[in-house]
Amino acid sequence: MSKMEIRLAGSGGQGVILASVILAEAAVQAGKYTAQSQSYGPEARGGSCKAETLISDEPIGFTKVQSPNFLMVLTQKSLDVYTKKLSPECMILMDESLQVPEDFPFEHVVRLPILETAREKVGKQQTANIVAIGAINELLHLTDRETMEKAVLMHVPAGTERINQTALDEGEKLVVTA
Amino acid sequence: MGKIVLMQGNEACVEGAIAAGMRLYAGYPITPSTEIAELSSIRLPQVGGKFIQMEDEIASIACCIGGSVAGVKSMTATSGPGFSLKQENLGYACLAEIPLVLVDVQRTGPSTGMPTSPSQGDVMMTRWGTHGDHPMIVLSPSSVRETYDLAIRAFNLSEKYRTPVILLMDEIIGHLREGVELPDPEDIEIVNRPTVEFPEVKRKPYHMKKGQMVPAMAPFGKGQRYNITGLIHDESGFPTNSNEEAEKLIWRLMHKISDNYEKIVRVERVGMEDAEVVIFCYGGTMRAAITAMQEARAKGIRCGIFRPITIWPFAEKELAEAVKGKKKIVVAEHNYGQLLYEVERIVRGECPVSFVGKYNGTVITPAEILAKVEEEL
Repeated sequence: MSKMEIRLAGSGGQGVILASVILAEAAVQAGKYTAQSQSYGPEARGGSCKAETLISDEPIGFTKVQSPNFLMVLTQKSLDVYTKKLSPECMILMDESLQVPEDFPFEHVVRLPILETAREKVGKQQTANIVAIGAINELLHLTDRETMEKAVLMHVPAGTERINQTALDEGEKLVVTA
Repeated sequence: MGKIVLMQGNEACVEGAIAAGMRLYAGYPITPSTEIAELSSIRLPQVGGKFIQMEDEIASIACCIGGSVAGVKSMTATSGPGFSLKQENLGYACLAEIPLVLVDVQRTGPSTGMPTSPSQGDVMMTRWGTHGDHPMIVLSPSSVRETYDLAIRAFNLSEKYRTPVILLMDEIIGHLREGVELPDPEDIEIVNRPTVEFPEVKRKPYHMKKGQMVPAMAPFGKGQRYNITGLIHDESGFPTNSNEEAEKLIWRLMHKISDNYEKIVRVERVGMEDAEVVIFCYGGTMRAAITAMQEARAKGIRCGIFRPITIWPFAEKELAEAVKGKKKIVVAEHNYGQLLYEVERIVRGECPVSFVGKYNGTVITPAEILAKVEEEL
């Protein structure tokens, strides 16, 4: 892995920014260079939200994603917006509830029930971002499980450690059993 | 050096300020500077400091003036709309010689503009936003670590010269998270204002010995009362209409900064030794410039970067030196063209000046800078 450009997109309130921060934290814990940023509208919830994490073995100049290696989309709107100018080599992780457009040109498309897993298996909708992190790490092998778990626990509210560990497990399982 | 931690630019600003001795933050939150207020409210009580959310931006800087006069290192942070409101009291602090640090995390303007989008549209306003002839020291960081360092430096310069210092950030760096290794507290240089005890002041709080440019400051509320005013004043601190005193005061305010140009102005030069094309940029734009320079060099173009870290006073001498014999200088900034005019003023035809500007709320990309670097070579 020389440089990973990861873009996560969804709706404000889905925890997309936090997921991006946790990926950056895991990179720091693994001794990598990272740059994490986000863009969103003035509204706190419901608007479009995009977060980016760059991970590299070298110091990072430009801090924004230029050509993503990996895109995760959790809403139909973000799928439509962020797949428009995307290179066909980019791996896409999308929630299973989203419709795959006709003539979708991408070679690596992974559809997983992220939102449903958080809601039904973990039992809390708000853990969808941590389910996603479990799946992303299993797909991209960014860090070992221990490091990723440490990064998650550094950023989730006290008292939610157990449910977030479950969410991370369930996310991993989605990929392993897919 | 400690371990590497993930930190946001706005967080680094607070941590640097606290390391420098900030013990009062007064502010009114505004995107994209809000994390500075939020974190100050958590961190300051932990170190015996005070956080206060004021009713607006004007009151916030007024509170910092009061805190500083009482001897407490004070900071406020804002963005464009709030920065506009702070101008009146910024001028007051310049004239009354009250140290404080004002952070402006720029967003797209004018007016309330685009709250969450990057910009560098306030750069001339930092110099000339408040009315009248006044000195201004402005520093602009291009990484999270540099934000930490410059927050400290902003306090140090402010204390040393008894003048407000602006830490000019932008959304790119304010909202960027990266891994940083912070210095050991013992390795940090801290400057405190020159002070004087009562009764030595003898009712002349702005009295100076011969050759002295910065009057020692008596902490307010600990002894004899004295007058502080935004009117032109003499060494008693009381207003005067004397033209001689007015000229003397304004001359000194300007010269206490300009005479120390060498000590205040800092620049970064990257790849300038053999460069034939120079990219001029500052703040968050530096990050695109670094990648653009690497890409240009990969194509065989000898490209370098000249970045003022101190924005004001402007690095005139260093820039004039840097452009000697160059083929071109490319100015990149997130506005319609502001420091561009300063660059043109200094370059004076020594080489052509071209411009990459952006004012639509998105960031300048390395490809956009590279295109100008390659043009007509």
